[in-house]
Parts: sequence; C-alpha cells; structure tokens
Amino acid sequence: MTDFFLPLWNWLHEYVQYTLASGAKALAILLPLFIVVAYYTLAERKVIGYMQMRKGPNRVGPRGLFQPFADMFKLMVKEIIVPTNANRYLFIIAPVLTFAPAMAAWAVVPFDADLVFADINAGLLYILAMTSLGVYGVIIAGWASNSKYALLGAMRSAAQIVAYEIAMGFALVGVLMLGGSLNLGAIVNAQAGGWSEWFVIPLLPLFFVYLISGVAETNRAPFDVAEGESEIVAGFHVEYSGMAFAVFFLAEYANMILISMLCALMFLGGWLSPVPDLIGDGIGWLFLKTALFMWLYLHFRATFPRYRYDQIMRLGWKVLLPVTIVWLFVEGIAIYFEVPLFV
Amino acid sequence: MFAKIHYYLKSFLFLELLKGLGVTGRYFFRKKVTVQYPEQKTPISPRFRGLHALRRYANGEERCIACKLCEAVCPALAITIESEQREDGTRRTTRYDIDLFKCIYCGFCEEACPVDSIVETNIFEYHFENRGENIMTKEKLLEIGDKYEAQLAADRAADAPYR
Repeated sequence: MTDFFLPLWNWLHEYVQYTLASGAKALAILLPLFIVVAYYTLAERKVIGYMQMRKGPNRVGPRGLFQPFADMFKLMVKEIIVPTNANRYLFIIAPVLTFAPAMAAWAVVPFDADLVFADINAGLLYILAMTSLGVYGVIIAGWASNSKYALLGAMRSAAQIVAYEIAMGFALVGVLMLGGSLNLGAIVNAQAGGWSEWFVIPLLPLFFVYLISGVAETNRAPFDVAEGESEIVAGFHVEYSGMAFAVFFLAEYANMILISMLCALMFLGGWLSPVPDLIGDGIGWLFLKTALFMWLYLHFRATFPRYRYDQIMRLGWKVLLPVTIVWLFVEGIAIYFEVPLFV
Repeated sequence: MFAKIHYYLKSFLFLELLKGLGVTGRYFFRKKVTVQYPEQKTPISPRFRGLHALRRYANGEERCIACKLCEAVCPALAITIESEQREDGTRRTTRYDIDLFKCIYCGFCEEACPVDSIVETNIFEYHFENRGENIMTKEKLLEIGDKYEAQLAADRAADAPYR
C-alpha cells in the first residue's frame, strides 16, 4: 500500500498536499460531529420523552437507534419548497450562512493537548466571530422567506443575539484575564493541577452567565423565541423544508455541541483530569464534560417554559451584563492583589 | 428590605430553577406510561362507541323493525332507512345505510332503538380504501353484528345495571 501511495503523494504539488491533508483533517472532525449531532437529536427526543414519562422513539432499529437515519432520509427525500414571493437567492443561501460558521468554528477547538486542527493564537476571538456570524443566516432566512412569522422570528433572534453576545463576550473576558491567552489550548493548560485549579471556581458567576447566554445564543429553550412554536409557528424557518431545513437543524445542534465543549474547555479544564494523581488527562475527560453540558441543554428544554420576550431582554441587559462587569472588576482587583484562587 | 434581599438571594442562587430541574430529573427515572399501541392496547369500556352493527335475535331473526327512531334522532342525518311489509305481515327494512362520514358516534341511535338492534361496537380500527365504502349497508352491518354478537351481548350485559 505505502509503496504505491507514498510516491504518488510526494509527486503531488506542495499546495495540493496541504489542501488534501487539511481536507482530511476537517473531515476527521466534521464526520464524527455529524454522527454526534444525529444521535444528539435522538438523545433529545429520548431524554425529553423520559422526563415526560414517555418512552420516546423506539421503533426504528433496536431501541430506536436508527431513528436519526430515518429522519435524515426523510428530509433528504422531501422537496425543498421555495415560496413564490421569497427572495430565491437569499432563501437558498441563508441555511448555508448558518451552517458554514457553525462548522468553521470547530477548526480551533482543541480536543487534546496536541489534537487541534488550527492552533491559532486568536482562537477565542475566532470562535466569538464565527458564532456571531450564525445570526446572519437566521436574519436572512427570516427576511428572504417573505413571511410575517419568519420576519418576526428573525427580528427577535437578531435582538436576542446582540444582547447575549455582549454578556457572553464579557464572560469570556474573565477567562482571558485568568488564562492570559486567546489560544484555547493555553487557556486549558492554565487550568492544570486538578479540579481546584479550574476556572469555574474563581469565575463561578461568569460561568453561569456564559452557560445562560450560551443557551440563548443557540436559540434553545427557554430562550427559543426565534422559533417560538406556539407563538410564531417556527419563526425564521417556517418556510423551509427538506434539506434546507435539515441544514438549519444541523447548524443548531452543532452550535449546541460547540457551546458545550467551549464551556468544558474554558471553565472545566477541558481534557484535564479533575484528580491528575489518580487518573491521567485525556480526550475522554473533554467528552465527558461536554456531555454534561449537552445533557443540561436537554434538561433545560424539558423543564423551563419559554421566556417572555421582554424578560429575555431584561435578563440579558439588566442582569447578566451588570453581573459580568461587576465580577470582572472583582477579578481584576483580585488578580492585582494576587488573591490565592485568582493567580 | 428583607423581602428584597430574599428575592435577590432566591433568584441569584437559582433556587426555583434548581427545584424545577429536580422535578424533571426525578421524572426521568419514573416508570413510563407509554402504551406500545399495536402490540399493547388500553382497556375499552363496554360503553365504547365505535363502528356500528345490527343485531339479531337468537333464532336468527333480525331485530330491526324499521321504526325509524334512530333515523329521526340522528343529529348528523347519517342514517337512511327504507322499509316494506314482508309476506308474514311484519315490517322490515329493505335498506339501512349509515354514512360513516356523517356519523359523529354520539350513540343516540343505540339509545333510541326499542329493540336493541342498532348498536355501536368497540371496533375502532377500520379504514376505507375506495369511495363508497364509508356507507355501511344493511348487509355489512348485519355481518358485523353476527361476527361480534358474543362481545356485543357481553358489553350490554356488563352495562345493564347502570342503564
């Protein structure tokens, strides 16, 4: 095998080699991600079902394990309907605009000490940029659909994301001050030395702010006013069907997993073991911590009723933002005077 | 003053949110109440009002005497009856149609029937594949009645003390 492929590989131009290698690495991240997304949708239906004393899907395959593939197949076979009065070009491009940043953000996520696609120094900034780009897809989808409900959903989503983006960004400033770097790997390494060193302890308020605004950022219950099933049907994606809808869906779940993983990386020490003396570090820890937050997403959705729109705005601007600013102030003073937890 | 502090503590410690999460967390482990429908079925009351049937007496004579009370009482006008005199001088139906698209399954026909002829069975799983199959003719109704007579009699007997 190698006898045949190695000369072939070397024969390729350097740029082609680079492109192929990057493509392969990207696939190695995205394919497992798609599978996780697929099973996350199943897990969501199962968990919420269980919390409502139902069994959830259990017909397709053993215990319903093939349900995601059935759903996927159904969505692929369905027609993509473009409303007559919709802006065709924007209507088609909107799902792509939501999907692409959701995938691109994964480029800088470190999975283990050396396991990262792009180890760039401004990783956190890149992630903030990518996650906020996603809202354009939502707004454009709402606008292009030329439907009242879709437009309402898009407007709600725009205002909500602007509000929570700020609280989220400020919460991350706290992480930066402690981690001393924008590189996610460096931030995780700054938390080395067991669970007591994790940023979640000195930054507990910021952790909660991040968690809440993370849920709001991904438009999930109880902040799902952009979809608002019972009020505006399905919000920005009422007019979408088939694969176009599936792409929105995929982006939403990829974003949820991304936020969960960022939570684990920045506040719970990523791949670091809570007790390094007993059990070693490893990618398993990261997945375990991520799964915890992914579970919380489902638990929240099964528990909390949707916020009223003005309550969302109040929470974002008048509670979360002041809390982060106050805690940044506290943190700054603590770092200056070298208070034990904050060094 | 204290009320305000209490309010702030309560909201910033997520007390009520945690309580809510606790409830759903507990329910996650509760026994599930799902009935796996085609395999499992819920018990059906003897008063259940499903598909219609026309009953017969034990000697094989049809009960219906074409009094048309059911036709008169039917609020959806789903029943159509035509009758004539038989050779032995009794009056019987020549046509007894129920349009299942019109029928609202109120059970008034069953209530009105003086001879317990028209009844509603506990059959609820049925479908039509062609136009016109929604009309239950006299033959079809009698056939159902004959097939499920044991069940029908048992249901009526079970409900008799409460009539």
